[in-house]
Amino acid sequence: MSGKPTVVLDARSMARTLRRMADEVVELFSGTDDLILVGIQRRGVQLADRIANFIDEREGVRVARGALDITLYRDDLQTIGPRPVVGKTSLPLSLDNRKVVIVDDVLYTGRTVRAAMDELADFGRPSRIALAVLVDRGGRELPIHADIVGKTVQAASHLRVDVQISDIDGEEGVIIVPREAEGEG
Amino acid sequence: MTSPVLGKDLLGLEELSAEQITLILDTAEPLKEISERTIKKVPALRGMTIVNLFFEPSTRTRISFEFAEKRLSADTVNVAASGSSVSKGETLVDTARNLEAMRIDMVVIRHGASGAARFLADRIKSNVINAGDGTHEHPTQGLLDLLTLRDRLGDLRGRRVCLCGDVLHSRVARSNLWGLKKLGAEVAVCGPRSLLPNAIDQMGVQVFDRIEAAIEWAEALNILRLQLERMQGGYIPSLREYNRVFGVTRERLDRAPRDILIMHPGPMNRGVEIDSDVADGPHSVILDQVTNGVAIRMAVLYLLAGGRPELAEAAKG
Repeated sequence: MSGKPTVVLDARSMARTLRRMADEVVELFSGTDDLILVGIQRRGVQLADRIANFIDEREGVRVARGALDITLYRDDLQTIGPRPVVGKTSLPLSLDNRKVVIVDDVLYTGRTVRAAMDELADFGRPSRIALAVLVDRGGRELPIHADIVGKTVQAASHLRVDVQISDIDGEEGVIIVPREAEGEG
Repeated sequence: MTSPVLGKDLLGLEELSAEQITLILDTAEPLKEISERTIKKVPALRGMTIVNLFFEPSTRTRISFEFAEKRLSADTVNVAASGSSVSKGETLVDTARNLEAMRIDMVVIRHGASGAARFLADRIKSNVINAGDGTHEHPTQGLLDLLTLRDRLGDLRGRRVCLCGDVLHSRVARSNLWGLKKLGAEVAVCGPRSLLPNAIDQMGVQVFDRIEAAIEWAEALNILRLQLERMQGGYIPSLREYNRVFGVTRERLDRAPRDILIMHPGPMNRGVEIDSDVADGPHSVILDQVTNGVAIRMAVLYLLAGGRPELAEAAKG
């Protein structure tokens, strides 16, 4: 099967969406006090950085950023085998009383977010954890819901939703492709 | 469980490809951070049972493995030869089969006989990790040495590393030799001829008879422990004589044309193969080796715990 990719967001609309998400983060927390944006490796980290930059611009502040690799917290090591290389986690030593926004590219089964919350709990007790995703594609297997969504799409399980970031992929945008071409989970 | 990337066991670096070695080092890199956390634990190996089967005394390696296992949330049991049924004459295979009957997942073995890890690996279903077998290999030590070198020197291709001292009895030397050669480093050995293997010239390594020449050549010295318990064989005239001719001293290093990384797998004989002011000096990375050891062992455990790749696709998302 070789379907042509369907473009969900192009580079310009993706930038607009991220700017809107930045505003929604500030609105959700009524400001930026104690705020930290934590991206999930790999593309979530870049997206968190973009959103944080928009917030910095608007509010004249410097929002804290963190990165989380949830590979070692996944519940499916026995079935997927270890990912070849684990990404870097960098967080402040304590998240006590912080307002944490988990940022990821695509929300699907919800298992990644569950793992991310488990990992965050090992770094302290945030006063609130929120979830911001660029794309919500449905198909949840856990009771998990995003607070801030860039774009909602309905994609059947044989399709893959790919977020492309210029720093990693050379291109920028969101596309839907058939699953047979290998990619991230 | 058989790892799609490493196979069932880790027995030596001789069997590994450069790609597999690099994968282990790359996996260890982000795992270092876990040991810096307040809660030094991730759930990756939750529910796995690992037996540390040590037929030879060991402090550093056993504790390092145990920390690695616990920081990945595995359940661990330590079996030492003394005080167990081993001292009643039970064979290695019987001991392991009994452990396996209690449903374990991995065995970390240290044994005085070369080839013991392979012997065991061929006879049990659990993953086997060699924690040192006789004078054969000590692969996790080799890997942590490579990680420490890579941290400081970057790409190891063309970098010059000299293994000093008792190469003949050293499984650490053998694992280093294989690992360094595979990653493209230039390797030399330096020590009394009585402590170098006979065919060392055919292994594609340079041989220095004088420590001064090794220091002039090398970017890093991995100073092996002079194995005092093996010294009854009359390999060297005396410890003082050894230190005078082959000891790595500050005076000798001061004459080097460059800064030289100083490594030692421990435990050190201060004043024999290495002087105290070198071991504690600014270019010593001996404690970095120990820190890296935990990350390397975590990486090996994690990679060997891997599941069936054919199910990978189904679990995506």
